[in-house]
Amino acid sequence: MAITEEPPLILEIESGETKPSTGAFARPTNAKGWRAWVFTVDHKKIGIMYGAVAMFWFLWGGIEALLIRSQLLTPNGTVLTADQYNQIFTMHGTTMVFLVVMPLAAAFANYIVPLQIGARDVAFPRMNALGLWIFVFGGIFLNLSWFLGGGPDGGWFAYAPNTSVTFSPGAGMDFYALGLQIAGIASLVGSINLIVTIINMRAPGMTLLRMPVFTWMILVVQFLLLFALPVITVALVLLSMDRTFDANFFNVGMGADPLLWQHLFWIFGHPEVYILILPSFGIVSETLPVFSRKPLFGYSVIVISGAAIGFMGWGVWAHHMFVSGLGPVSVAAFSATTMFIAVPTGVKILNWIATMWGGKITFTVPMMFSISLVSMFTIGGLSGVMHSVAPADTQQTDTYFIVAHFHYVLFGGALMGLFAGMYYWWPKAFGYKLNDTLGKWHFWIVLVGFNLTFGPMHILGLQGMARRHSRYGPEDGFDFWNLMVSIGAFVILIGMIIFAINIVKTWLGYKAGTIEQSPADPWDGRTLEWAIPSPTPEHNFDYVPVVTDVDDFWHKKYQKDENGKLRKVADGNAIAQLGDQHPHLPSPSYWPIVLASGLPLIALGLIYTLWLTGIGLLVLVAAIYGWSLEPHTDPDAGHAHGHDHADDDKPDGDDSENLIDLPKDESTEEAPVG
Amino acid sequence: MNVITDSHVEGTDEHEDHGLSDVGYIKIALLLAVLTAIEVLTYFVDFGVLEVPSLLILMVVKFQIVISYFMHLKFDNKIFSYLFITGLVLAVVVFAAMATSLVFWTDPAGCDAGRFC
Amino acid sequence: MKARRRLPLDNATEVKTSQLAYGPTEWDDYDVPPLTTGLSNEKMTMWAFLGSDCLLFASLISTYLLLRNRVGPDTEGSTAADLFDIPFTSVSSFVLLMSSLTMVLAVTSIGRGELERCKMWLLTTAILGTVFIAGQVYEFTGFYREGLGFTTNISSSAFFTLTGFHGVHVSLGIIMLVTLWSLISRGNIGAERAETVEIIGLYWHFVDIVWIVIFAVVYLIP
Repeated sequence: MAITEEPPLILEIESGETKPSTGAFARPTNAKGWRAWVFTVDHKKIGIMYGAVAMFWFLWGGIEALLIRSQLLTPNGTVLTADQYNQIFTMHGTTMVFLVVMPLAAAFANYIVPLQIGARDVAFPRMNALGLWIFVFGGIFLNLSWFLGGGPDGGWFAYAPNTSVTFSPGAGMDFYALGLQIAGIASLVGSINLIVTIINMRAPGMTLLRMPVFTWMILVVQFLLLFALPVITVALVLLSMDRTFDANFFNVGMGADPLLWQHLFWIFGHPEVYILILPSFGIVSETLPVFSRKPLFGYSVIVISGAAIGFMGWGVWAHHMFVSGLGPVSVAAFSATTMFIAVPTGVKILNWIATMWGGKITFTVPMMFSISLVSMFTIGGLSGVMHSVAPADTQQTDTYFIVAHFHYVLFGGALMGLFAGMYYWWPKAFGYKLNDTLGKWHFWIVLVGFNLTFGPMHILGLQGMARRHSRYGPEDGFDFWNLMVSIGAFVILIGMIIFAINIVKTWLGYKAGTIEQSPADPWDGRTLEWAIPSPTPEHNFDYVPVVTDVDDFWHKKYQKDENGKLRKVADGNAIAQLGDQHPHLPSPSYWPIVLASGLPLIALGLIYTLWLTGIGLLVLVAAIYGWSLEPHTDPDAGHAHGHDHADDDKPDGDDSENLIDLPKDESTEEAPVG
Repeated sequence: MNVITDSHVEGTDEHEDHGLSDVGYIKIALLLAVLTAIEVLTYFVDFGVLEVPSLLILMVVKFQIVISYFMHLKFDNKIFSYLFITGLVLAVVVFAAMATSLVFWTDPAGCDAGRFC
Repeated sequence: MKARRRLPLDNATEVKTSQLAYGPTEWDDYDVPPLTTGLSNEKMTMWAFLGSDCLLFASLISTYLLLRNRVGPDTEGSTAADLFDIPFTSVSSFVLLMSSLTMVLAVTSIGRGELERCKMWLLTTAILGTVFIAGQVYEFTGFYREGLGFTTNISSSAFFTLTGFHGVHVSLGIIMLVTLWSLISRGNIGAERAETVEIIGLYWHFVDIVWIVIFAVVYLIP
């Protein structure tokens, strides 16, 4: 699409005054090398970086898990002291939730959503980069604690007053509180960006109910982030105020109620778990239809149930607090709402099964991971429904039964879905598929190891093994199953090593030319991202795609003939765009990473010396001004949100949608195509 | 869902198409001042049992007036309203539930091992 | 803006030039990428952010309401509510309310292209905001002198955190207003960028409505 230059910071000639740009530095122009990545504002590079950094943290969180399982391999284990154990299990949870699953979802959201809606980039490319770098620095900051006195030790849920200075005197919990506040800013900034992008930058003809389900789920997730993050921000601020400035929020001697922390945390925490799972639900809603060669069963139902889950997720948080002394009325109310929320999820499971039913299934690696999500998440969901029955939960809570539940939904659900996404979209991002054989070994070994690890935890939990304990005694009778669990954890490790080998091997093979380049549409896909070359050209689409249907690209390839049978009319690779146009793209920028670097300085200053905070604030303010005033070398250059942005804003309102004369939707009853 | 926009031309025409004139805004501000004065009156005059309800109602009315007129939400596209009102409603409902749980439904007799609470 | 025609969308072959699934269309001729809803990205961003901020303040207000009368064995000092000077705070509230009016007038004036007038209203808004902050500072130092500091008891911690967050929001708003004023003075922002002023205005009004709630719920309701 043709884009004309818009003058930066210059008034229209009519009003009689013009002033040149006030940018202090020219924007970087590197197309190659590390600078092309560090200063990029391209959503694809940003998505890849989110993914790469998340996989690094996955390695670290996995090591933390293996340390836990080594300690619990035998009764009265001696691998970790109790204090070390507290730190390790706290950071295992914190790392996996905030530094692995959320950023992996962000990686896919950033890379794929603009492609699926036919856009060139997100609404605010520089803000996108900002989110990435804040996440990177936040994760590093959080883990600096290991070197500076010990990790946080209060559990990922950080119940106060246990996490106050009295009971947790080291700096670990300060790193936790401040680190998560930093990471929270990253997610908030990203959520606003994606919401505006999805609402406002869809291809012509793509109404909301023609968007791919993955994009829909990401939209719901961004709303959950938008509204849940402020609540944990307040909780963490209150904790920080107590720890750093001697406030009294959780000082029981002053009349504090420990339940306040729990409410605030879980009001965030419950939407958070839907934030963790919905992206994977979106991913499998993409892969299952493609590899069953059938449209998604009940598109609108799946979309609405996703939105319903997001909405109802706000009404169940106190099911994490059933034994905290809430009182019978609250417990009963939250027990009921928790049972209700199983309904929309169950609907999705049924729809996915119905999608596969009667389909022509190919068991590619992404398909296998997707099917495993459906089954493993169902298991996790069933134990979840068991927890919703409050009297039963009184026995289950704080035992390994809960640990089993959330690992089935988080590992068996979210992570399996994310692996499905990796294998599925790898050719689009990198231009070649991951090795199929290694992928299958990865899948099966991980599936077996995962079930061996977390299956027995159901038994251990019901036998009474408490969670968050650094050891169990020989008299407890937990030995056998703990041994199995720990073996399972190492089996998972083997599976992940195979995955790493797959990545390295295929990358080297691609560079050497021994692995074939993927075409635009290697899987015979249904959505717009398969209509452009692999790897994705920097500008995404040569021409704006105009859309008339759900799964519009599929309809370009398969149409009904006069007998109502579906016929292939075109090969995806033949009708995909060629990537040969060269429109202007947003310029890279220094300021996102500079701004992001101010935040850990501010945080370190709050722990050690306020001089650092002052320096951090100066960096922050300088970066904000630099950002707002930097020259546009391209009219698509992104805008900082809120502040005194002297950037051009979008011009006159566009009632483009009113002008489209859209034909009615075709019927989507499709038999599998031969 | 096809979003039909009642979009308007941004810039110089905006406030003639919809929204109030300057005089209109001043009138709104005067109304707000009067409402504030009534609120402050509750401090000096005993409203009795009506005190808390009137304060809450006045607060909500002022809130609504600033949002609809000063922030233009009444005249703008519904999408902006949805974005903001969702946050607002969620905030009110969730924290009302939290407050109810923390304040009204705790067992005044306390919890002990014999009772499920 | 170029005129647009209705697009023939029956199938891909009617598209100019090629057999691509998505070939060139009239949409490629637009000067800027068409926005789906026709609404400004920046304005949508601000409204989304304000929706999020509702939850921030709701958490802080709920925390205050929960903690304001709580005592424990170590409690000393009075609650914040014991020390309120309602007449003084009423004046402060009125000042902030009027600053919303001046903000609206700034937005309408730049909408009409009256840059000097806009600058004047922006500056007035910033000054009124500063008066509000000065009032807060005076109020809080007064409390401190009467023995109510941030760490005195749980009620005071909650009060100062809530009003402190609000005060920081106001202060950031003042900085943005002054920056806007200076950018208009330097000619970097003109009538065609009226929306920028409107968006800052939204933020400012939000800060005002949060105070409407705080004033009623924290100060006035016993």
